Amino acid sequence: MADLTTEFLGIRSPNPFWLASAPPTDKEYNVRRAFEAGWGGVVWKTLGEEGPPVVNVNGPRYGVIHGPDRRVLGLNNIELITDRPLEMNLEEIARVKADYPDRAVIVSLMVPCEEQAWKRILPRVAETGADGIELNFGCPHGMSERGMGSAVGQVPEYIEMVTRWCKENYDRPVIVKLTPNITDIRYPARAAKNGGADAVSLINTVSSITSVNLDTFSPEPSIDGKGSHGGYCGPAVKPIALNMVAEIARDPETAGLPISGIGGVTTWRDAAEFMALGAGTVQVCTAAMTYGFKVVQEMVSGLSDWMDAKGYASVSDFVGRAVPNVTDWQYLNLNYVAKARIDQDKCIKCGRCYAACEDTSHQAILMKEDRVFEVDDSECVACNLCVDVCPVEGCIDMVRLQPGEVDPRTGRVVEAEYGNWTTHPNNPMARAAE
Amino acid sequence: MPDGVHAPGITTGRLPKEQIEANFGDLHPPLSPHEAAVAADRCYFCHDAPCVAACPTEIDIPLFIRQIQAGNPKGAARTILSQNILGGMCARVCPTETLCEADCVRNTAEERPVEIGRLQRFATDTLMAGNEHPFTRAAPTGRRVAVVGAGPAGLACAHRLAMHGHDVTIFEARDKPGGLNEFGIAAYKTVDGFAAREVDWLLQIGGITVRTGQRLGDGLTLEALLGSHDAVFLGVGLGGVHALGIPGEDLPGVRDAVDFIADLRQARDLSALPVGRDVVVIGGGMTAVDAAVQSKLLGAENVTIAYRRGREEMPASRYEQDLAASKGVRLMFNVRPTRILGDGAVQGVELEYTDTSGGRVEGTGEHVTLVADQVLKAIGQTLDGAPEGVEVTGGKIAVTGAGRTSRDRVWAGGDCVAGGEDLTVTAVTQGRDAAEDIHASLTA
Repeated sequence: MADLTTEFLGIRSPNPFWLASAPPTDKEYNVRRAFEAGWGGVVWKTLGEEGPPVVNVNGPRYGVIHGPDRRVLGLNNIELITDRPLEMNLEEIARVKADYPDRAVIVSLMVPCEEQAWKRILPRVAETGADGIELNFGCPHGMSERGMGSAVGQVPEYIEMVTRWCKENYDRPVIVKLTPNITDIRYPARAAKNGGADAVSLINTVSSITSVNLDTFSPEPSIDGKGSHGGYCGPAVKPIALNMVAEIARDPETAGLPISGIGGVTTWRDAAEFMALGAGTVQVCTAAMTYGFKVVQEMVSGLSDWMDAKGYASVSDFVGRAVPNVTDWQYLNLNYVAKARIDQDKCIKCGRCYAACEDTSHQAILMKEDRVFEVDDSECVACNLCVDVCPVEGCIDMVRLQPGEVDPRTGRVVEAEYGNWTTHPNNPMARAAE
Repeated sequence: MPDGVHAPGITTGRLPKEQIEANFGDLHPPLSPHEAAVAADRCYFCHDAPCVAACPTEIDIPLFIRQIQAGNPKGAARTILSQNILGGMCARVCPTETLCEADCVRNTAEERPVEIGRLQRFATDTLMAGNEHPFTRAAPTGRRVAVVGAGPAGLACAHRLAMHGHDVTIFEARDKPGGLNEFGIAAYKTVDGFAAREVDWLLQIGGITVRTGQRLGDGLTLEALLGSHDAVFLGVGLGGVHALGIPGEDLPGVRDAVDFIADLRQARDLSALPVGRDVVVIGGGMTAVDAAVQSKLLGAENVTIAYRRGREEMPASRYEQDLAASKGVRLMFNVRPTRILGDGAVQGVELEYTDTSGGRVEGTGEHVTLVADQVLKAIGQTLDGAPEGVEVTGGKIAVTGAGRTSRDRVWAGGDCVAGGEDLTVTAVTQGRDAAEDIHASLTA
């Protein structure tokens, strides 16, 4: 069995699966149960300033997007940071860390954008023995109206400033959690790095309204007939998160900056994908909130089995291996030509490929007698829509034409050489091949 | 004398009343909203869906299931009913295992189709629970159409004609409408008086008058109907039954399965219905299965279906065969009755084994005798007298196109016409299509 032991910023955990700062990590009771279930670490739910804690709404906090069979695809929340007293949280963190020295315990923090506020709380956190802190610059609801959360994360200068205060007043690792509610994730990541951050974690939730009640015309979740945008997470946001992680991993200014990947991690495979794009650990919330802490057992066994199958002895063997394969569109090989191939033995004759191609794509699938569906290579542009809508895994594949073959669509011989847009004759900016 | 299930002869009281009532509960209980949501999610929304092609009424099945998925079961019901006004009954009695569900693409990968029939029932039940009628009648045309027979074909025809604004009078021989929906079909497929409720709901379209006790040839003539109406639709069904033509057929205890089922369907108290201890049903269609299973549910100890050909040739589907077997009915294949034995009442049935390998039913000369105190004949029904001047072929009314008979202004559909499949859904299709053809000819 592969060794899943993870060392991230010098913090060791038995596996890379951490629970994200969120309701599952709000208190000792939950975190102990999470550790017993096998989670490698937790980021304790965000602590605020000393004094009267924040209050939450007393009605629904969550909204949802369901897939078939009410499978949770996306979850939205309007919960704020912890609504329990600071002292209570700190005592519990200290107790849990003492009892679970092999697990990562990170404390999420959100206090006003004043140096004194950070100077007050950081020594208190240090006393707990926690392994590090995560700066919550991401929550898009509630706290942002008070100048915290994503209100900070949307201004790179603030990120850099607060990160620097933390590095100056705290001697353990500082992780900066980034909001996706920006136009280019590289700017806040660079700011965090410039402020001295040891790592970034992303993504926090996406500003969202999940649905509208068509009887009351209130957004959901509805509080007395009104709704407020919340933070969206779960499987639906994974593609957004993967891209943002990749952007940071391949940005020359932030390349090598450790990343904790967050956003819709539901199975071992999701975790492996984040890690392949450069994440040293992953953080999970929605999967645990949907299915309970036990889901980590699938993640641990799945990742371990995959690593065994691939011959990876430790997670560091594959972290970041997909990063060099993330490129800009202009560098994609335009001489790569593929065609859809339908496996007639696997085809169940639903015709969804036909409907999709005929109505919305390139009219490249022919419907023949007895519902036999065949690809017309002279029209197929290999767009992959048929593969995507086919309900049977592995029924339709994209098969590459070999160099020397003629593409029936264009009548051109497939070239063996790599050729991209930068040198393409249709590109007015093309550079002559040298 | 033993009593209860072991009591000899044709008698009541074989099972406690509560047991009988439980036995005749809904064969397929309706889906709950949760079950419907789960079942609907399995539909792939196929292009040019095979299930639609397999449905005689061509209901847009992927569309109605998608409407259920999207939380609009009443819209789903309108999609169904616009093609098949008896979609509620068909959802209950259609042999979906040989129609829409047989062609569901889910069978290919999973051998388990989308539950189209039960989803159809969910949609139609939802709409009918509010007693809503989803269609409105066009402005009256002043045209008058006579529909003979208030079975599925006649009702579908009448409804479609009424929608188009024509005035329809249905002439029904029995004392209430519904045809085989009301008098045939196993009770556990259509519980709680659904057939009657569906007719009442259907008639809400308006413009339809139902006159019961009006039998063609019994004071009512096609000639007279044509004199007082612009068109006539014949949906008279098959009123006669085939005879076995063997010794002992007239013994007490021998009767037609359709009569047995009709009595059962009209009984207010099922426990008051007598049934034999040893019942033999002759035949291999749905009527045979319905009669056999219901005999068993009433408390008969031994029930046997004796069919003259092999299992593969049995008109009742494999699903129906398995249903019968699961209720404890014994299925005998390749046997035909040669004598009914008894002295004053049925005591047994002598069967001869058959060989059908050559396509024809040939007796082998080898016999077996079954103990029987009740014999139910279910070997098919016949047209009970063809109306004057209407051409008959193969014992049924000959039609061309959308139910046009050899006589001008006379259409026909349902079990009484040649080429029918003896299914409710086929009858509905023929009634509906004839109505459209009548409408076209009346407005040409």
